[in-house]
Parts: sequence; structure tokens; C-alpha cells
Amino acid sequence: GEKLHTHPGPYSATLEPTSRSDVTGYNNFYEFGMDKSDPAASSGDFKPLPWTLEIGGLVRNPQRLDVGQMLQSSDMEERIYRMRCVEAWSMVIPWDGIPLATLLKAADPDPKAKFVAFESVERPSEMPGQRNNISGIEWPYVEGLRLDEAMNPLTLLAMGIYGETLPNQNGAPVRLVVPWKYGFKGIKSIQRIRLVEEMPPTTWNRLAPSEYGFYANVNPEVDHPRWSQASERVIGSRSLFGEKRQPTLMFNGYGEQVADLYKRMDLHASY
Amino acid sequence: MPATEKRGGSGKAFRKYWRIIFYPLGMFPAIWLLWQGQNGQLGADPINAFERALGLWAFRFLIVCLMLAPLRWLTGLNFLRYRRLTGLLAFFYAALHVLTYVGLDHRFDWRVLWRDITHRPFVILGMLAFMMLLPLALTSNLVSLRKLGRGWKKLHLAIFPAAALAGVHFFLAFKTLNALSAFYLSVMAVVLVLRLPKWFGRRRSAAITR
Repeated sequence: GEKLHTHPGPYSATLEPTSRSDVTGYNNFYEFGMDKSDPAASSGDFKPLPWTLEIGGLVRNPQRLDVGQMLQSSDMEERIYRMRCVEAWSMVIPWDGIPLATLLKAADPDPKAKFVAFESVERPSEMPGQRNNISGIEWPYVEGLRLDEAMNPLTLLAMGIYGETLPNQNGAPVRLVVPWKYGFKGIKSIQRIRLVEEMPPTTWNRLAPSEYGFYANVNPEVDHPRWSQASERVIGSRSLFGEKRQPTLMFNGYGEQVADLYKRMDLHASY
Repeated sequence: MPATEKRGGSGKAFRKYWRIIFYPLGMFPAIWLLWQGQNGQLGADPINAFERALGLWAFRFLIVCLMLAPLRWLTGLNFLRYRRLTGLLAFFYAALHVLTYVGLDHRFDWRVLWRDITHRPFVILGMLAFMMLLPLALTSNLVSLRKLGRGWKKLHLAIFPAAALAGVHFFLAFKTLNALSAFYLSVMAVVLVLRLPKWFGRRRSAAITR
């Protein structure tokens, strides 16, 4: 990718990033296929630029942002975050982006707005995974956050990794990163952001509501119906008998920043 | 003793036993996967890749094992003698699959494993299928066949519920239906459904003679 004008941001702790080849070669992006090697192998036809990101709905100042221009911005900061997949594996990824709150504040949310709805892109001609519907997934992919979650300083709109623009397979040109939630909340290739009053539908919740909730906070005490979430396989060992398993941290280790958001909630019921 | 006779004897043994080479051949995928795993060729999450590949091989051999009987009625090709080979290989891969899940993936963490085995239908179905295959593997030898007599055949009917349970477990191993699972599940379904007319026919004729 192209080099970005990025600078170190907060919350990066002292995490050692996973190798670039694993981060860019092993991920889920069903728009490009269902195997974790498919996104890297089948995203070559996707054209991330030019790209307009719309911010609308219950806002006083709707935005139409030219992402090509945003990529030149020197506001871009690096955030090295843990990434915990709902499938019980984890990585550490050095993202580059801008806090979502910065853009939402510019759009000036109406007091009625309670949730933020995100919508990805539907381009079957460029996204082979959208050409057959065997998975039962309705395109485009949609995600959502509560407004206070979206405004949390950890929540990032990422436009790069390792100081360069996002590769297609990682959600070019702009994607969401919510490090205390399971990876599937990080919707990729975002076209529209709308502020809304009601909790918006989300793709995985629509597909299997008993397995994937709206909140999807990383929580070692709330298991997936098919597997335990108490620990996770650590990506990056490259050897069968050397692969590590480590305990999963509550809120993926970001409790200090986000636990207050869920103070009065039953996290077993609102998973 | 003339040399020719001796050679004739070993030739006979060879003709009778050469098929045992299929056992190491059938284990080759497991050895290959181990080699790949040790050399960083199983991708970013090698334990998961290994565990899944072993499960898939178990399912494949189970399909082939169950395919041999209908293959004979439909085409006249008689490979029935390979039912033991393919059945044992299915069991071999299922056992490695379970061992990987218990030892490599969960590091013998009995608390997690116990919770899995008692609470999650996905794991319970897989374990049940494996446990049903175990007595079949143990009684796959000629001694058991002779000892069990008619009971042997009855016992080995357990392969059908085991295959059905394995099928549901296999379906649940993916987050959504996909080309791979759809392919293997439909082949398994065909192989099982092909038997239904024969079973029902046999029952009806039994009822008539009665």
C-alpha cells in the first residue's frame, strides 16, 4: 500500500504486532470467499478508490467525505490493538486511522440519535463471495454500535495498517475497529454511516441470533454456543506444536476504557 | 525343496496380503499434515487447520466406506472387501481429530473440555459419533466376527447413526453453509438415502412372508 502520514496514538500499550503476512493473509471477509485465505487471494478486482463515505441520518450536518483525500490527512494516528476473533483466535494489529468520534462530532448528532448504523458495499462484480448466496448472508454487510460506544476514544475508523493504506482484503479503503468487541463488529469497506434512534440490524445477529449478539463484547465468561471463549489461540507461531493458547481478557483487555459503558447491563443476556 | 515351489508360496502370500499397503497409504494424509504443521505450512492457525483437516479426512473415509455397498448394487463393482480398510481409516482419523481437539487445541484443560462435552450439541454429536465408531473398530477383526456371529452384523449397523451424527457435527463446524460442507454433506446424504428403498423393500417382503 501507499505510505501514510501517521503518528503514534494513545492506547497502544506495549503490544508486539503479529506478522504482516498473517494479518493480511488470514482473515474473514466473506464478500471475497469463506476461507480465511480467500480475502487475500480473491480481492484483486476490488477498486477501493475513488470512495465516498456518507455520514447521515439523525445529524444536523450530514457529511460526504472523499476517502482519497482523507488518506492524505496528517491527523492519521497509529493504534496497536489486540484483535480477538469470535472463533477463539487472536492477533495484534497496528492500525492507522482517525477516531470515529472526530467525524461524528463534525456531523453534529441530533439528540434523538441513540445508535450508529454502518453499511458496507455490494459489488458482486468485484466481490466473488457475493455472487452466490450459499451462506445465506444478505448483502451488504451491516453493523451497528450504540452512540456512546461509537464515541468512545478507542473506536477507530481505520484506513491503514503498518503505516500504509489498507490492503483490499483488510477492508480498504475504510473500516471500523472496535478493539473490545469480537472482530466481526469491525465492518469493512464502509460506504454509509447513519445515526438512528433504534438498535439497527447487524449481519451476524440476523444470521444466527443465538450465537452473535448486537454487543459482541469480548467476554471470557460468555461462551459461544459451540465453543468456549475463555481462551484463544495466538496467531503467529507458524508451527503445529508451538502454537500458543492464552487466556482471553475481559473486554479484550480494554476494560479500563469501556467497562463503564456496560455498568448496569447483564452481559450474559446482552451478549 | 525346489526353489520354484518356494517362490510360488510367497507369491500366494503376496497375492493374499498385498492390500495391507493401503493402510499406510491411507495414513499418508495424516503424516503429510504433520509434516506441513511442523514446517509452517498449515497457515496462521495451524492447530485449527490440522484439527479440521483430520475431521474432514474422517468424514471422507466414512463416506467411501458407506458408498461401497450401493456401488455394488448399482454398478456390479465389488469393492466390499475395502469396507474394513475405509472404516478403520475413518476411525483412525476421527481418533486423531479427537486427540488434537483434547490435547493440542485445549491442552488437556479438563474444565473446558468437560463443559464442551456436557453442554455443546456440536461437540456432543461429534463425540457420540466417535464413541459409536469405537466398538466397530475394535470388532473389525475376523476373531470378533466369528465370536459375535449374528450380533456382529447388528452391531455394525451402528455405522449409520454414527454417520448421521457426524454429518450434523460436520455441518455445525462451519459458521454458515458453504461449498465445501454442502458438497460433502450432499454426498453423504446420497450414500445414506440410496439404501432406503432396499431397507423398506426388505421390511415389506419380511412382512409378507410373515
